[in-house]
Amino acid sequence: MSLTRQPKDVRTPSIRTPSIRTLSIRAVESIVPGSALPDAAAAWLRGQRKAQRRRRAGITAVLAAVVLGLLAVNILLGSYTVTISDFLRMLGGEEIPGASFIVMENKLPQAILGLLAGASFGVAGAIFQTMLRNPLASPDIIGISYGASAMAVAAIVLFGIGGVGVSVAALAGALVVALLITGLSRGRGGTGLILVGIGAAAFLQAAVTFLLSRANINNARDAMVWLTGSLNSADWNRVNVLAVALAILLPLSVVGARELRALSLGDDTAAGLGTNVSRARLFLTVLGVLLAALPTAAAGPIAFVAFLSGPIAKRLNRGSASLPLAALTGSAIVLAANFVAVNAIPGTALPVGVVTGALGAPFLLWLLISTNRSNQGA
Amino acid sequence: MASKSSHGGATLHARELTLGYTGDPIVDALSLELPAGKVTIIVGANACGKSTLLRGMARLLKPGAGVVHLDGEDIHKVPTRALARRLGILPQTPTAPDGITVTELVGRGRTPHQGLFRQWNGNDDDAVAAALTVTGTLDLGSRNIDELSGGQRQRVWIAMALAQETDVLLLDEPTTYLDLAHQVEVLDVVSELNARRGTTVAIVLHDLNLAARYADHLVAMKNGAVVAEGLPGTVLTAALVREVFGLESVVVPDPVTGTPMVLPLGRRAEQLGLRPRASTVVGADDVFKEEVWA
Repeated sequence: MSLTRQPKDVRTPSIRTPSIRTLSIRAVESIVPGSALPDAAAAWLRGQRKAQRRRRAGITAVLAAVVLGLLAVNILLGSYTVTISDFLRMLGGEEIPGASFIVMENKLPQAILGLLAGASFGVAGAIFQTMLRNPLASPDIIGISYGASAMAVAAIVLFGIGGVGVSVAALAGALVVALLITGLSRGRGGTGLILVGIGAAAFLQAAVTFLLSRANINNARDAMVWLTGSLNSADWNRVNVLAVALAILLPLSVVGARELRALSLGDDTAAGLGTNVSRARLFLTVLGVLLAALPTAAAGPIAFVAFLSGPIAKRLNRGSASLPLAALTGSAIVLAANFVAVNAIPGTALPVGVVTGALGAPFLLWLLISTNRSNQGA
Repeated sequence: MASKSSHGGATLHARELTLGYTGDPIVDALSLELPAGKVTIIVGANACGKSTLLRGMARLLKPGAGVVHLDGEDIHKVPTRALARRLGILPQTPTAPDGITVTELVGRGRTPHQGLFRQWNGNDDDAVAAALTVTGTLDLGSRNIDELSGGQRQRVWIAMALAQETDVLLLDEPTTYLDLAHQVEVLDVVSELNARRGTTVAIVLHDLNLAARYADHLVAMKNGAVVAEGLPGTVLTAALVREVFGLESVVVPDPVTGTPMVLPLGRRAEQLGLRPRASTVVGADDVFKEEVWA
């Protein structure tokens, strides 16, 4: 090759075999004696991959168990305690006077809404954070949740709309803002989108404050409860809408995860590996916006859940992003926060967003500080 | 390599290719053929359009005009995943995702061979194992990318490109940030790959002497056009270095390989009144002798 002037057949015939200088190869060879090097290496890789899959399955199982535990705690414990056997009887359709209504029409839908909303927020946040390679890029920072808030508050305050109308307004608001910021930041990359989004968030926050200052006291209180994010007004209607939506969107996020894996290598490398980059981005953006907007419509913008789930899941997964773990983390955060919110002050049920907001900020600081430290240590 | 896919012998041919981002085109109506099964090295001054050309030939950039043919097929008409099984590119500054291990990253090279219904299998393990072995990165397998040195990281990226098992491989400045030993190592790996599998390779490179050593076909670019191409021995002259880089130099035969070796002069040599000794120049570069130092 290097000897251009020589005829081809005199070219250095020996293609050097890679030097065996590594412990790992030696280890493989001692396990598989006499095997050819690449075969041994392939076997070693297979083993490594299996071990990794087992580890990930382990983490997922543990986290799923935590979520299930929190779900049970939310349903069974707290201001009104139910035994497991009573709960199972009620699930079976038996009517227990007093308990049935509280559990079946209040605690259960509340817990399930929390489970679904948390998962949805978690995946939405992780999609944006991974796609834009920046933990700040979660939908609650880049204005998408604020878009939902502003439109919902406008609906409550200006038009006196309640119930499903607020949800529809929130969904529309999120989509409009998402379109707007992706349009405005076109060609400015991920950082451009985050900056435009933060600008949009500030503007929308001002709009919300203005609307609230013009509102009559009753509407303003309704709007405030919605704005903090609350599971208190959960009912089966909202649960069903969100459940159906997630039944479609979560399987799609399996496809999304594949595209995310490619995009996380950078646009050029992703394209070189056969990804249609602009189509993948569009798909992920629409998916992320829907996953952020739908739970916002059902339960309000529960502060910090989308922002926190991705980074926490990443830590649990040894630093690499994972959508399923982000979903479970989101559910765990919302369910734990809801239990605290409902039971912290006897007689008053706080909105869940108060707790996620209050716990979220210091946790984020801790996350940042400890990440920095471990980076410096490495 | 233990792969079953077809290997080698592919040509990549740019015809009247015009490329640019916004405003004036960077590459204007350029035609270039990468000879099948050979190593082509593209050299040129900064901002001469060589990276743009490479991106255009790898369909990362949509051409304003012209086509790129892979074995006669327009690359923009081949489905992108199918194309990625035949044509690979390692961009200049690839980004590694957080928390990814070496084997995982190299495994990403198998993406175009997989689909929603065609998951990871033994072929993929074989390809990754071979890529890791060839690049000497097997011992790094379970390490995290962020723990590696620049040279190790670059070899891992090349391993990823190799795992893709394409017939054509385009590398954009694969030796940037590497010390000399690692530069040579990277080029050795690539030329071994070419020798073993007949992969058609194109590399954008800054080091002219290494380019002359490793190229079967040397291409010099200036202002988005090809100035000269052919065997390094005939293409690389002091006149070419002056035209392409605006630099005076002496070109002598490489004492090891006999390929041309460029020794830049620069202003310092001029200030000191230094001139090349005749014995060094003899037979190396006649143009140079006549024009400047006669």
